[in-house]
Amino acid sequence: MGATSEQVESLVRREYQHGFVTDIENETVPPGLNEDVVRLISAKKNEPQWMLDWRLEAYRNWLKMTPPSWAQVKHPEIDFQSISYYSAPKSKDDGPKSLDEVDPRLLETYEKLGIPLEEQKMLAGVAVDAVFDSVSVATTFREKLSEVGVIFCSISEALKDYPELVRQYIGSVVPENDNYFAALNSAVFSDGSFVYIPKGVRCPMELSTYFRINAQNTGQFERTLIVAEEGSYVSYLEGCTAPKRDENQLHAAVVELVAMTDAEIKYSTVQNWYPGDEDGRGGIYNFVTKRGECRGDRSKIAWTQVETGSAITWKYPSCVLKGDYSVGEFYSVALTSNHQQADTGTKMIHVGRNTTSTIIAKGISAMQGEQAYRGLVRFGKGAENARNYTQCDSLLVGDRCGAHTFPYIEAMNPTAKVEHEASTSKIGEDQLFYCKQRGISEEDAVSMIVNGFCKEVMKELPMEFAVEAQKLLGISLEGAVG
Amino acid sequence: MSAVDHYLNAFEAEAAGLPGRGQPWLDGIRDAGIERFAEVGFPTPRNEQWKYTRVAAIEKRRFGLPAAATPVTARQLEPFLFSGLACDRLVFVNGRYASALSSISEGEVRMESLAAVLKNEPALVEQHLAHYGDMKRNAFTALNAAFMLDGAYVHLPRNVAAERPVHLLFVSTEDGGEFAAHTRNLIVAEEGSSGKVIESYVALGDGGYLTNNATEVVLGANSELEHYKLQEESLKAFHIAALDVHQDRDSRFTSHAVSFGALLGRQDINAVLDAEGAVCNLYGLYVADGRQHVDFHTTVEHAKPHGTSREFYKGIIGGRARGVFNGRVHVHQDAQKTDSQQSNKNLLLSHHAEVDAKPELEIYADDVKCSHGATVGQLDDNMLFYLRSRGIDKEAARGLLTYGFAQDIIDHMSLAAVRDHLEGILVRRVPAAESVAGIL
Repeated sequence: MGATSEQVESLVRREYQHGFVTDIENETVPPGLNEDVVRLISAKKNEPQWMLDWRLEAYRNWLKMTPPSWAQVKHPEIDFQSISYYSAPKSKDDGPKSLDEVDPRLLETYEKLGIPLEEQKMLAGVAVDAVFDSVSVATTFREKLSEVGVIFCSISEALKDYPELVRQYIGSVVPENDNYFAALNSAVFSDGSFVYIPKGVRCPMELSTYFRINAQNTGQFERTLIVAEEGSYVSYLEGCTAPKRDENQLHAAVVELVAMTDAEIKYSTVQNWYPGDEDGRGGIYNFVTKRGECRGDRSKIAWTQVETGSAITWKYPSCVLKGDYSVGEFYSVALTSNHQQADTGTKMIHVGRNTTSTIIAKGISAMQGEQAYRGLVRFGKGAENARNYTQCDSLLVGDRCGAHTFPYIEAMNPTAKVEHEASTSKIGEDQLFYCKQRGISEEDAVSMIVNGFCKEVMKELPMEFAVEAQKLLGISLEGAVG
Repeated sequence: MSAVDHYLNAFEAEAAGLPGRGQPWLDGIRDAGIERFAEVGFPTPRNEQWKYTRVAAIEKRRFGLPAAATPVTARQLEPFLFSGLACDRLVFVNGRYASALSSISEGEVRMESLAAVLKNEPALVEQHLAHYGDMKRNAFTALNAAFMLDGAYVHLPRNVAAERPVHLLFVSTEDGGEFAAHTRNLIVAEEGSSGKVIESYVALGDGGYLTNNATEVVLGANSELEHYKLQEESLKAFHIAALDVHQDRDSRFTSHAVSFGALLGRQDINAVLDAEGAVCNLYGLYVADGRQHVDFHTTVEHAKPHGTSREFYKGIIGGRARGVFNGRVHVHQDAQKTDSQQSNKNLLLSHHAEVDAKPELEIYADDVKCSHGATVGQLDDNMLFYLRSRGIDKEAARGLLTYGFAQDIIDHMSLAAVRDHLEGILVRRVPAAESVAGIL
């Protein structure tokens, strides 16, 4: 077995490829959090009074809360007074209207990340709302989208242009006092994306946002709100990277999805925040609240996530299935290596009749990586004939990593049916032997087995993203991908 | 007076009369128990281990010593015996050993009242008593350590295969009033020995008492124990129990835990596979209806390599009852080549019933095979159709399938007499009981 462990160890050992720092003058408020900082953020964004009140309410709630301690993760206490809560590239003053107006060094950053911002217009047909630190710097395809009535802009723009829409939906899925980090986000969120798909519209292209934490000592608190009206469809992609830093950075985002009757939202994430170095120094703390509500009958929300980055991941994209016949799906691949820790999973709350949900979670732990699947499947009293199928599998690589499963099942309806399965194993020696015996190198064999292990999830990603996600797993298993 | 104060005062008043008082090591255990309990009190739902089980009803009552009750006769015990089973029997009435009702044959296996051992030969149990139950984690175990009054001490000497099973029968009477029985059992199987122990908890009448039991099982190298735990308490009673098992090299432990009774029943089972090659099998069945609440918390600790564990639990929950299952498998870093499987299946029979299941895996070793599965649902429509197409009416078909669902667990028991006894109870607990009995 010796050869294989070494092999695999070399596969998962990798340098973080997005660890460069863009040198742009930033406008950053000094570290610390108090009501004045909340007021300042709100003022900077020219927000309406109700928004400020809402933020302050969240802040006051947050003061009364304590950080959650139930997750299977270890980290030193976070000093919320040492974080700067607002950071914007200075050149933003006028607000760019096209790519030409965007700071070329920014574009360079995105190019290094491999986002074909320029090419996308011609090739991929993907509209990108790129969030650089806290302010949205470039939004493409807005005009084309507005032709069909789709609103896709940063949330601060939405607050200016469509305040009533934002007011109607913000906090309606994740209330400002939902949990410790959601409350913090509600108080200090700086930007994020807003998507509104009108009745009966099928969004003509995949929408995509790239988040990137650049400035030092800044937390990123973005807030995303997607509303799909009756009979509409949207597929939204989110990718995240952050540069190398020795200290830990906090990322506490909130994502809210609302699906009305017959609407469908597909939300895909590739998360590649800086995971820290080999000794576990630095890296992003990724404490995210994501929740979708299927409000109408026959609506559908599907979460797909590929989590390869962050020092600590704490996130549970969830679905509240209120409408009859509504559908919730969760597909996840999480990879933890070196000293990464992940406590992730989903919640499927069945409220309506004939609701169904599917959970497929694949975890790969390598080196000293620690990983936990934590999920809740709940059938309320009215969830007649509801169905859930859950499968979570873990693959262990190395004898110092950990894989844990904590599924909660709560059933209050006798016609509901839930099935949960979980397994944990290492890469089978017989599988490796089979491949090698047929002339496939050990490296390729490991790659094949890992890819096969994740296949069920990867196939759920939109094409553009699937390629990128596979590339990411490739980097993570450096040298193995042929 | 708060519940904690009530038990602190009771301890002060009763401690001197508890068996073995004056033995420094035992006093240490009792004092540590009451201190720990005073510190944490009764668990609340904020405690993850008690998330789904509220013990406020126990906290509200002031359980004390049993009232002087009318003596129990051998005849009264007949319904609780296993017909056709030749076994040794120790009977405990309201938590105290009743020698007149017990029958112990001559043999190499030693069995007697723990209170007697603590009084006469305390050194015998010093090595093991209260070494395995974790009173830090479980407030009831701490309370038991403080107040433990009586129970059974069973000792299987080296290389002895016990010929007869040992039946420990705990009877609670209605005229005992609202009392607490802090019973403690210690079962020690020395190297190479084997045996079978049946613990059953039954009631005469409809008392609202509390059984707070703690049983410790110590398995030496290459020993084997089949343990039965049958809970048929009164439907007004509270039954809290912890079974802590410590396994040495190549030992084999099998547990059958069946829960039919009690208003609130909570059973913790913790097995530590502390040497290579240990095997642990846990089978469980819980049936609850009316306003019953039943909770099973099991933990299998794979501490050393080459351990095997199998766990199969099934629950049938109807009426306004609630069933809770929490199965945790913890594989330590050293425990390579662990093979562990767990399955929990629940039948939910009513719109007012609830099942909360939480199978957990916590794994720190890489060369392991571990899996778990959990389901909650109702009877298979195809099976119902099959039976109905053969002229069995709907209710009877449901009853028959429910019976079959549960029998699957009972079938793992090696003692036919116990199987028959349980099947007799089970057939009365399924829907359309009369028709089912008729068909069978």
